[in-house]
Amino acid sequence: MADKLRTQQELERLQAKYIGTGHPDTTSWEWKTNIQRDTSASIVGHPPLLGLVALAQNEPTAKVRARLIRSMIQPAGPPPAREGDE
Amino acid sequence: MSDSDFEQIRKAQAERNAITAAKKGSRTFDPATQRADSSTRVRLGDAYGEENGDKFAGYHTSLPAADEDEEMEDVDNSRRLVGQYTATQSQIDEFAHGDGVEEDDILAGRGEKSNRITDRETDYQKRRFDRALTPTRADPFAANRQAGASEDGETYRTVMERRDIEREEERVRRAIEQKAREGSGDDNQPLLKDGADKENDDAGSTEAVAAGRKRKQRWDAAPTPDASGTPAPESKKRSRWDQTPAVGVPAAETKKKSSRWDLAPSATPIGNAGLATPAHSSQTAVLPMTADASSRYMQLSDEELDMMLPGPDEGYQILPFPEGYAPVRAPAHRMMQPPTPATGFMMQDPDSVRLSGQAVPKEIPGVGDLQFFKPEDMAYFGKLTDGADEESLSVEELKERKIMRLLLKVKNGTPPMRKTALRQLTDNARNFGAGPLFNQILPLLMEKTLEDQERHLLVKVIDRILYKLDDLVRPYVHKILVVIEPLLIDQDYYARVEGREIISNLSKAAGLASMISTMRPDIDNADEYVRNTTARAFAVVASALGIPALLPFLQAVCRSKKSWQARHTGVKIVQQIPILMGCAVLPHLKKLVDCIGPNLNDEQTKVRTVTSLAIAALAEASNPYGIESFDEILNPLWTGARKQRGKGLAGFLKAVGYIIPLMDEEYANYYTGQIMEILLREFASPDEEMKKVVLKVISQCAATDGVTASYLKKEVLDEFFKSFWVRRNAGDKRTYRPVVETTVDLGQKVGVSEILGRIVNNLKDESEAYRKMTMETIEKIVASLGAADIDERLETRLIDGILHAFQEQTVEDIIMLNGFGSVVNALGARCKPYLPQIASTILWRLNNKSPTVRQQAADLISRIAMVMQQCGEDGLMGKLGLVLYEYLGEEYPEVLGSILGALRSIVTVVGISQMKPPIKDLLPRLTPILRNRHEKVQENTIDLVGRIADRGPESVNAREWMRICFELLDMLKAHKKGIRRAANNTFGFIAKAIGPQDVLATLLNNLRVQERQSRVNTAVAIGIVAETCAPFTVLPALMNEYRVPELNVQNGVLKSLSFLFEYIGEMAKDYVYAVTPLLEDALIDRDQVHRQTAASVVKHIALGVVGLGCEDAMVHLLNLLYPNLFETSPHVIDRIVEAIEAIRMAVGPGLVLNYVWAGLFHPARKVRTPYWRLYNDAYVQAADAMVPYYPNLVENGIDRGELAIVL
Repeated sequence: MADKLRTQQELERLQAKYIGTGHPDTTSWEWKTNIQRDTSASIVGHPPLLGLVALAQNEPTAKVRARLIRSMIQPAGPPPAREGDE
Repeated sequence: MSDSDFEQIRKAQAERNAITAAKKGSRTFDPATQRADSSTRVRLGDAYGEENGDKFAGYHTSLPAADEDEEMEDVDNSRRLVGQYTATQSQIDEFAHGDGVEEDDILAGRGEKSNRITDRETDYQKRRFDRALTPTRADPFAANRQAGASEDGETYRTVMERRDIEREEERVRRAIEQKAREGSGDDNQPLLKDGADKENDDAGSTEAVAAGRKRKQRWDAAPTPDASGTPAPESKKRSRWDQTPAVGVPAAETKKKSSRWDLAPSATPIGNAGLATPAHSSQTAVLPMTADASSRYMQLSDEELDMMLPGPDEGYQILPFPEGYAPVRAPAHRMMQPPTPATGFMMQDPDSVRLSGQAVPKEIPGVGDLQFFKPEDMAYFGKLTDGADEESLSVEELKERKIMRLLLKVKNGTPPMRKTALRQLTDNARNFGAGPLFNQILPLLMEKTLEDQERHLLVKVIDRILYKLDDLVRPYVHKILVVIEPLLIDQDYYARVEGREIISNLSKAAGLASMISTMRPDIDNADEYVRNTTARAFAVVASALGIPALLPFLQAVCRSKKSWQARHTGVKIVQQIPILMGCAVLPHLKKLVDCIGPNLNDEQTKVRTVTSLAIAALAEASNPYGIESFDEILNPLWTGARKQRGKGLAGFLKAVGYIIPLMDEEYANYYTGQIMEILLREFASPDEEMKKVVLKVISQCAATDGVTASYLKKEVLDEFFKSFWVRRNAGDKRTYRPVVETTVDLGQKVGVSEILGRIVNNLKDESEAYRKMTMETIEKIVASLGAADIDERLETRLIDGILHAFQEQTVEDIIMLNGFGSVVNALGARCKPYLPQIASTILWRLNNKSPTVRQQAADLISRIAMVMQQCGEDGLMGKLGLVLYEYLGEEYPEVLGSILGALRSIVTVVGISQMKPPIKDLLPRLTPILRNRHEKVQENTIDLVGRIADRGPESVNAREWMRICFELLDMLKAHKKGIRRAANNTFGFIAKAIGPQDVLATLLNNLRVQERQSRVNTAVAIGIVAETCAPFTVLPALMNEYRVPELNVQNGVLKSLSFLFEYIGEMAKDYVYAVTPLLEDALIDRDQVHRQTAASVVKHIALGVVGLGCEDAMVHLLNLLYPNLFETSPHVIDRIVEAIEAIRMAVGPGLVLNYVWAGLFHPARKVRTPYWRLYNDAYVQAADAMVPYYPNLVENGIDRGELAIVL
């Protein structure tokens, strides 16, 4: 049982450090949000990739970058209403 | 050096020795210390059975002299016809010595080693028993003030009033004492002001009664004036019974009185006015009637009644209890009633029920088997044994019993019991409520016979329930503090940490306002102990809730006009904060210093002293920053240092000492000059504390850049050596250390020769402690600064002194050895002229009677072997090597270990080929020593053997190496890790020397033994052999061994493979396909340990082949691994997950994550859990690499179109 407590604490620590990690109760909305954010962040974080996207879309890199960063706000739509919230 | 030289030196030495020996009392070359019989010495030839020894060795060579009894002991040589029967010798001996009876030292458990906390405590720490658990407080900060429950506690006002009265009491008591001393009995003057006070006095003494503190005003304690023989004016009036109750006694009063019931029963004093310290009931139980204090009047047991009264066979009948009868059970507090001191004699009858500790039950109903149950526990947990019917009890009582049971399990139970009980307590904490919980836990913590383990567990309980109870604890904060604060001044570091943690959790749960209002009354408590612990607790609160939150309060307290105690405590809190928080005080340094600054000029000496100490603590914590914060107080500090004397001065100097290192050069120089005058004056101070402070300040000043070497040489050194380098200081541990440290610190500035020149003569002092102190100083200075500074003259004196000190030691000390080693190593090649002399000393001491002398001599060889090599004294080393070889028969393992260590260091520096004695002679002598079970011997032999196997295996034949291999197998199960590691490495060297086949066969056989430790190490050894001799020499045999249908062997093989692949790393790519079928088989085995070990093999293979291809094999193994994901045993699942991760490294996350997507949102939580674990691990290690491989979720509204762009 103490073991369970420890794993729980470890998971919490992990989650505090890496927001993208999940647990058995992660909803698919949370997961999708993280996926989308990770993707945008990855493109923004790799300048060559960002350049490629910018070239393909015929936009300045700065604009693409800003758009990608902005798209990180609720990329998978607003959070679904919780069942108990009605 | 040639032999003739050596002989010459020997002769010269012999002459010198003769001269020294002529001097009285010298131990240098005293032949009396030498071993006459060197039966343990083995000459070089002996090992091979050469006939040169005495073949009668071991037999008596002469008839026995008169010392011993020649007659056979067991024969009765009298002429009696009847055999005499008498007790055996062992029995007589037993009676003579009282073996097992009188010899049992009843104090054995006491002192340092005792588990009981009270036994180790100082008188000051014992004062914690003077504190009482105060009544529950009201919670003014409760969210709902109307809540009835929290309202019936004491309010802040009453507590403060009570404190005032206590202080007044204290003052009055002092006044009475004063008057009694003066002898002027002024009867007319009333000592108390009015009746109202008296009322509250009683309230105060309520606490006192509960606390066991001996209050002078209490009715049951003799007032002091009586004790001193003068009539006590007014004192009679104070007794409670003859006092007319004041009109309109407030209702609160009765309530307060009632609170006495729930206080710690343990602390109730015994009403014997004659005793100075009220004895505790559990301590009075000296006679075997331990169980309970009133056991003299213990109820008769059923057996006893049966014996006394006629039974059914005589026509009598035992009637059952009438309906509705409940036996009167003595409640806990009644058991504490004053027992008559046990007097008189009592037969020790082992059969007696009363003596056999019957009253302490072995088992408490509903609790199960406990680890132990102490008689003292009966007072608390006795209720559980009364066998009351649970159904007839009220809910509250049931709850109480439940808590009691759980606490008992936690305190006395076995670990698993403890665990579950602790969890139940934690989980139900809010249901039980704070009151019932703390009312039971806290008295337990006040118990005098509490042991470390019990205290730890109870504190743990408090810690856990604090979390759960949160703000419900507020009414109990003070009670908790009373029991936890003493932990803050415990000697045990962990107890202190525990105490801090509790208080910090408590302050987080209760909140700052509540903490302050609870602890405020204790800040100017009359008792210094209470103030001290409160200050420490406040510091913890400050570190938990942040210094800024507490600062306004601290400022107010430090400026309190009402009492100096409050100011003192306030400053003390500020002192404790940096001690607790270290450099974290820096952001608030200025405010803290400003807060206590004015107190430097306080009218009370104590406040001034503690202020200077607080400044010292702040400066120490903020070093090397923050000098600007101290600007304000520099002036008062320096002028204060001039004005103060005695203890106050020590504090000021300490503060100065800590502030000077913060200053920049110029200022430091100036201020040092200012303070040096005082320091030099205080050099002569006889006060220990002052000495310590002065030394500390000197070393701090010397360490700052601003203070120059020339200044120190001119102003300080002479005085310093005159006052501190005296024999008296060497004898006293408290001054010894600071003197050495300060001298070393001065040496850092002024150089080696300056210091050494002054102290080197002390090495020839007659006081051994003084020589030791000198040696330690020299060692430290030379080790840190080297010997380049030492001129030739000094060098001679130094070596001479060291040799003298080394030879003259009566107790062999590591300091001497270290000093010798450091100096010789620092001098290096300059030692050459002295080496023959040193070597002859060593040789002489190697033959000493005392084993410690021999051991030290051998240790010295290992220290200086390197220097001897540098000086080119190979011949001398050969001599030493031969002598050491001769002493390999040494019977003391510690000495033997050192001798082996010395041999090893010689082998290391001269090399295998030049070694004397030759390796082929040395190694056979080592083989039997390998069997020695002593750790030091084992470690040194295996090291030596390993070195030989590594550097010169050809000097011994293969058969000898195999023999050594067999001996080494035993070492694989040694307790010490170093030995096991050395043995494993040696296997590698030997395998390299004689080829792996034979060694491997030996090792594979060893896989079949029962011992796990041994098997594991064999597996490691196989791995090492494979690493040193290339895997293809080992793998076929190993894989063949897997066919043995025996679990241990197969597991051993898998384990070996695991180590093997761990060691060979990238080489694994050539063997992956070879071992895959074997792993297939292992991974689908029924036994889960089998699969676990196979998984760890897979892990090491996969990590070895990262980036080297082999993906097909890895995916194949992954398919076999994956079904194991639902294993629940922690070891197994950990290995499986690790293996899957390793494969992810080898084949990339995309492929492996395809397995993971399937289960992330599976309907069953049991499935989701391990899948998320895999996902999280992948995410932490390779989040970026996962981006392209996330599943396509376009229809779910996730459009990651950017990734699909192709130009």
